[in-house]
Amino acid sequence: MNWTWFHKFGSPPHIYRIAGTLAPWFGWPAGLLIVAALYAGLVLAPPDYQQGDGFRIIYVHAPSAWLSVMIYGVMASAAAIGLIWRMKVAHAAAASCAGIGAWFTVVSLITGMLWGKPMWGTYWVWDPRLTAQLVLLFLYLGYMGLRSGIDDLARSDRASAVLAIVGVINIPIIRYSVEWWNSIHQAPSVMKMDRPSMPMDMLAPLLMMLLGFTLYFAAVMLVRLRAEILRRERSASWIKEALQ
Amino acid sequence: MTPRQRRITLVVGILAGVSLAGVLALNAFRDNVMFFFDPSQVAAGEAPIEKRFRLGGMVRPGTVDRRAGSLDMSFVVTDFKQDVKVVYTGVVPDLFRENQGVVAHGRLGKDGIFVADEILAKHDENYMPPEVARAVKEKHGGVMPVNPDSAAPPRT
Amino acid sequence: MSEFFAMGGYAAFLWPAYAVTLLAVVVNVITAQRAHAAARAEARRRLEMETMPEHER
Repeated sequence: MNWTWFHKFGSPPHIYRIAGTLAPWFGWPAGLLIVAALYAGLVLAPPDYQQGDGFRIIYVHAPSAWLSVMIYGVMASAAAIGLIWRMKVAHAAAASCAGIGAWFTVVSLITGMLWGKPMWGTYWVWDPRLTAQLVLLFLYLGYMGLRSGIDDLARSDRASAVLAIVGVINIPIIRYSVEWWNSIHQAPSVMKMDRPSMPMDMLAPLLMMLLGFTLYFAAVMLVRLRAEILRRERSASWIKEALQ
Repeated sequence: MTPRQRRITLVVGILAGVSLAGVLALNAFRDNVMFFFDPSQVAAGEAPIEKRFRLGGMVRPGTVDRRAGSLDMSFVVTDFKQDVKVVYTGVVPDLFRENQGVVAHGRLGKDGIFVADEILAKHDENYMPPEVARAVKEKHGGVMPVNPDSAAPPRT
Repeated sequence: MSEFFAMGGYAAFLWPAYAVTLLAVVVNVITAQRAHAAARAEARRRLEMETMPEHER
């Protein structure tokens, strides 16, 4: 197979330019969606029959938990591409994911605790779902630690890519923990084959939030990727042109 | 094999190896991973009854008995196949209700009564507005119907 | 209005949850933009160094 198109597509100047063009196209719709979803979720959606207004925490908890897992998938895929095709831009993309992913893992843990206390009766228990999500945070932190611990860029890329790929095992564990083992955490309401377990007026804000957060991640990640590319390619001649 | 194919093999190999190790490890520690045991597992002797463990299931309707003037209470946890009686002293979470999921942490006595020192409520993944819930209840003769498999009311 | 902020008695849990999420959203935008601006400034400085005549370096 001829892979030249792939490497041409993945050339740093090309990606730097495309990322700069695309970022606002993801960022602005993301902002609009998130603001609209905030209004819809906090004001328009009805309260839950059991949890009252407390259930509205779902509108920040579920999207951040989704991002934490989705970003890991993107990071590990980019790392694998970088490892297999020796593509520097893919390693740069993986590196730009880690910080954002770690942030939203923390957010999902904190919002989960704040939801768990009034409803379950505890901030934290060593439940399979909760523990697997904490492991996800450690995977992100380990990835970032490994990156900063190795000075040689090519070695740092390779070593951290292997760690990212090894950690993929945790993703199905997080997703299916509530089905494989008895868990205090409820089963997914939306991310399942069956139809969602809530009426449209509760579901719509959640879907808007999930889409908004996904686009938001794309925008932020592309800006980080541009920074990462510039840092890596600082002596390349195309940069002069890009800086004009 | 080209170098690229070798690297693909390496990545697939890492994934396969880690998955296998994960499956083996999680199987070996199954009992420790299990957050709670349901009444059927307790009846079958699968729960570590010599130690403290968590018992989970639904609160059987009509079994919640609160002693007036104290925090003592008792109720029956069921998975619709087996029942276990639980006694507890203390405050229960907001969502502790009849026909609702519950996880009790404590010890099983020789008399078969579970003495809990911590009660957590478990809710399901179904959300609905109060009016809808009322309509569902009316249709089912005044109680929220329960699906024993998912411990959740059926979709409307 | 105050009823809205009370959130049916869950204000003490709900608002911190929203606040921490909002914080993460804002912080990530700012750090990404700062990282990009810093990388550009650094690249520009290097370019200037390289185009400078030998004796002025």
